Amino acid sequence: MYQAIVFLPLLGALIAGLGGTRIFSMLGKDADVYGDHAAHGHDPHDSHDAAAHGHDDHGHHGHYDGPNWPMYLTTGLLLVSALLSWIVFLGFLHEGHDSRMEIARWVTSGALTTSWGIRMDTLTAVMLVVVTTVSALVHVYSLGYMSHDEHQPRFFAYLSFFTFAMLMLVTADNLLQMFFGWEGVGLASYLLIGFWYQRPSANAAAIKAFVVNRVGDFGFILGIAACYKIFGTIEFEPLFAAASGAAGKTIHFLSWDFDALTTICLLLFMGAMGKSAQFLLHTWLPDAMEGPTPVSALIHAATMVTAGVFLVARMSPLYELAPVAREVVVIIGAVTAFFAATVGLVQNDIKRVIAYSTCSQLGYMFVALGVGAYGVAIFHLFTHAFFKALLFLGSGSVIHAMSGEQDMRKMGGLAPHIRITWALMIIGNLALTGFPFTAGYFSKDAIIESAFAAHSGVGTMAFWLLVVSALFTSFYSWRLAFLTFHGKPRASGEVMAHVHESPNVMLVPLYVLAAGALLAGLVFQNYFIGHEEATFWGKAITRLADNEIIHHMHSVPGWVKLAPMVAMVLGFLTALLFYIINTALPKYFAEGLEPLYRFLLNKWYFDELYDFLFVEPAKRLGRFLWKKGDGAVIDGFGPDGVSARVLDVARGAVRLQSGYVYHYAFAMLLGVAALITWFSFAGAH
Amino acid sequence: MSWPILSLVTFLPLVGVAAILFARGDDAAADNYARWTALWTTLATFILSLFVLFGFQSGLSGFQFTETHDWVPGLFGYRMGVDGISMPFVILTTFLMPLCILASWYVTKRVKEYMIAFLVLETLMIGVFCALDLVLFYLFFEAGLIPMFLIIGVWGGPRRVYASFKFFLYTLLGSVLMLLAVIAMYWHTGTTDIEKLLALNPGFPAGMQIWLWLAFFASFAVKMPMWPVHTWLPDAHVEAPTAGSVILAAILLKMGGYGFLRFSLPMFPDASLYFQPLVYVLSLIAIVYTSLVALMQEDMKKLIAYSSVAHMGFVTMGIFSMTRQGVDGAVFQMVSHGLVSGALFLCVGVIYDRMHTREIAAYGGLVNRMPLYAAVFMLFTMANVGLPGTSGFVGEFLTILGAYQSSSWVAFFAATGVILSAGYALWLYRRVVYGVLDKPALAHIPDMTPRELMTLGPLLLLTLYYGVHPTPILDVVGPSVENLLKSVQAAAAASQQAAAVLIK
Repeated sequence: MYQAIVFLPLLGALIAGLGGTRIFSMLGKDADVYGDHAAHGHDPHDSHDAAAHGHDDHGHHGHYDGPNWPMYLTTGLLLVSALLSWIVFLGFLHEGHDSRMEIARWVTSGALTTSWGIRMDTLTAVMLVVVTTVSALVHVYSLGYMSHDEHQPRFFAYLSFFTFAMLMLVTADNLLQMFFGWEGVGLASYLLIGFWYQRPSANAAAIKAFVVNRVGDFGFILGIAACYKIFGTIEFEPLFAAASGAAGKTIHFLSWDFDALTTICLLLFMGAMGKSAQFLLHTWLPDAMEGPTPVSALIHAATMVTAGVFLVARMSPLYELAPVAREVVVIIGAVTAFFAATVGLVQNDIKRVIAYSTCSQLGYMFVALGVGAYGVAIFHLFTHAFFKALLFLGSGSVIHAMSGEQDMRKMGGLAPHIRITWALMIIGNLALTGFPFTAGYFSKDAIIESAFAAHSGVGTMAFWLLVVSALFTSFYSWRLAFLTFHGKPRASGEVMAHVHESPNVMLVPLYVLAAGALLAGLVFQNYFIGHEEATFWGKAITRLADNEIIHHMHSVPGWVKLAPMVAMVLGFLTALLFYIINTALPKYFAEGLEPLYRFLLNKWYFDELYDFLFVEPAKRLGRFLWKKGDGAVIDGFGPDGVSARVLDVARGAVRLQSGYVYHYAFAMLLGVAALITWFSFAGAH
Repeated sequence: MSWPILSLVTFLPLVGVAAILFARGDDAAADNYARWTALWTTLATFILSLFVLFGFQSGLSGFQFTETHDWVPGLFGYRMGVDGISMPFVILTTFLMPLCILASWYVTKRVKEYMIAFLVLETLMIGVFCALDLVLFYLFFEAGLIPMFLIIGVWGGPRRVYASFKFFLYTLLGSVLMLLAVIAMYWHTGTTDIEKLLALNPGFPAGMQIWLWLAFFASFAVKMPMWPVHTWLPDAHVEAPTAGSVILAAILLKMGGYGFLRFSLPMFPDASLYFQPLVYVLSLIAIVYTSLVALMQEDMKKLIAYSSVAHMGFVTMGIFSMTRQGVDGAVFQMVSHGLVSGALFLCVGVIYDRMHTREIAAYGGLVNRMPLYAAVFMLFTMANVGLPGTSGFVGEFLTILGAYQSSSWVAFFAATGVILSAGYALWLYRRVVYGVLDKPALAHIPDMTPRELMTLGPLLLLTLYYGVHPTPILDVVGPSVENLLKSVQAAAAASQQAAAVLIK
């Protein structure tokens, strides 16, 4: 059954990708290539010229006349996979266990052995449910959302391939298979961000996502190497068993001796920072919104970006023994949560607001990981998947209704026209901001409490940053809702006339997600962070005997429990004041605090900074090394210099085709002759 | 097996040469005859080489299928044999040749001579990997340059004169020094039998090793090519015809790495240890420097050529890490690079044949008319970037892992290659394949043809197959590498002892 969950999506991706797309439709003939090009007036593909390809934006305007089976096939297989995942997961609620299954050997070299396999424990089971559920719903949603796109089979093949790679990641039983999934989802993300390949901005965003992720992978791969150096293995079981023995060991990294486990954990965390868009490596995530909205919901909100959280939770036996590394995780997480929330306050693109919100919420999760509350982090990952996917798909529904418009300054007053979408988005907002008894209320507040309960310097700092971020979260969420759905319409009459509710195929997935956003916390909190917590997680998460964070979390002072609530209400009221009661206020503040506003609007100028620090110097250096290094120095003093002298001598007398070859052959013959002579002499001795 | 299978595989292509030579006429029919003869010959050679592949006993570390005949009695002999390190390269060569012939199907200039050059080249390349005698090795190694030289010089592009000249100068330098070293080795030991030289105990004196190592290094470093003697490669690639580039990248470059493994490491272990830092530095410069240079290239073939130099940096780094993973990874990386870079040059060839330009700026938006090409090119781009699941990853990962065992600084800098390769490869892909197809010249460009798919398809399948299932290669290579490292470890232990004695 486990294999079916993992490989059904791959099967769908392969069949749809090879058989469903028109990849072979333009297979040429040699005569086309080498024959007479003049005789090409009857080219059957003439109609596919550039002009005919000017389709665009959100797939509403294209025209699809291909078969529908690839979409139904991939969606059907994903639904089966999701169903099986729930069966597995419910089994875990009943009784936890852990098992490992080896499918085949992979890289083996000397003492290094890795295999393809499926590791099944509570952590994996939770991730299986999150990944397959959201993926299945996004598949269904896309049946409607992408229904006009002429490349939709390719889209569904990519989606299914992504799901497969993500499942390989979460079922990995060694670091290398995890890295396979890790890079596999990176590839899928690259392909899907650049899905509309005719748009330069989409292509740029796709490359940026891949390359920035690779910066993180740079750390990941060194982390794997360091792991092998210390433990002699990268398979989880022996690794975790040996972890406590490595406590206190040092490793020589670069020119210094560091604590081995801290080094390994920090290197792996670098990978997590890239994939989960944490502060410093976050720049790709907002740009990734160039991809179709279902992609943003699946990959850039619910699943792929949480891979970093999963990685740290999976490696909890190591992180538990590396307190310094965990402090770094807390700091980065808290700063990300705060930073992204501030940027989210002023963005105008509806999807970018949600993207920064995602970034910020991932920061929350890392704080929980850092203070040792792994279960809390995974719980927030679990609930966040529902309400963030809901918000993204809901905003997709809005964009769909607005004929592709994403700028909130051109929306407003949509609520009466799209009542259902409005209601769903409100539910998403309530869950995100932590309204009592919605999903976020349980998971997000638990993170804030656990940060306080850590009773450490960084924990307290994280606590305050997270409370302030909660206020910001509430503000930007309601700002989004008010700007989009309330007030006077700011769109043109023509656009407003077209505003329509989405079809059921898009709404039904939203209902499911809304149910999750409302109920997931209430239903599951007992298992994830409540009384059943210890038995539920079992051996999937390791906590040292002195890690009693969950216990402390439940006994924080009353004002700590109240703080996020107060922040939420304040944020809501401010948004109400700014965007409903007195709509002149935002402008007033933006002008009054112009530099701050610019700073936030330009995302703390990270893109400009990185361009200046890395991209431009790399290009200049590359050109310099090419022209000066290779050209002037190496060639100038080497072959060109020498050959110029030789040519002076030999000019006119030598034709390459005959001349140099014979010279060379002659030189070689001379050599062989010399060799034989030498041997004859030597042999005579 | 009693029949001389390695000699048969090595010299079978010459039978095809004879068949082409005896054909009369210069018309189209004669050209076609030459093409088909070359194709069938290379296919037969490949099938014959499968006996080597399947007859090879992968648990053993020694040489197999050995043949020995005295040639000049008492001096040097005709000795052939393969072990786990050389066998994969023999198969790689025989496997790629039919694809190269297929890729050259529409060469129209001097077809007979062209096919003859390739067939002769095949014999010489297989010979290099099978030879177990120093002199025989030297003959194959140096003679192999002549057909390649002709292929670039006669069927090359507009600057072929310059490119061939450069090629000539660099290789001449290396081969003269290597020749001297070969003589010195014979002078010292009285034999040119590689098996005997490998088993030599005690080995060459440490002082002599330094000089021999340097002489061999001069030749192999040029072949790899290592920085800073790499500048012939971009020019040679740019000017060579597609199939020439494929052979150059896929096989000829591997001779350097093979040489390090066959001679430098086991025969001069002390010197190898002594020069380890030097090789590391050159390898890292190759990885970082040429990746940056690749980023800025305007010519597709040049970009891929520079990326080859960077990938070869991983190979030399892995070999001189002298760890099991490092060397295993280096051999794997060489085989994988043979498949992937060969395929990338074929990919460039596909559009070059249509548009007759390699300039990146002349393309853009090809995916609109060439979806199949876009997919194939994407896959090989990802293999070039070292995405797990493709063969490119396994070698890169193992060499980094191996290097980390000996020095984290080396692994640190090598791992930056992971970032840079993504940069240049994806940027190339974006500029050529993605975007709007708005250049009038491209408006009617046809997608890949079945023949082109036939040349790229096998490479594509193998790239994926070895990416998820690398054990067929690793299991063959492993025992020989283990054996090879014994001599290095012994040398390292001895030098440590000596140091300990000195300290006392």
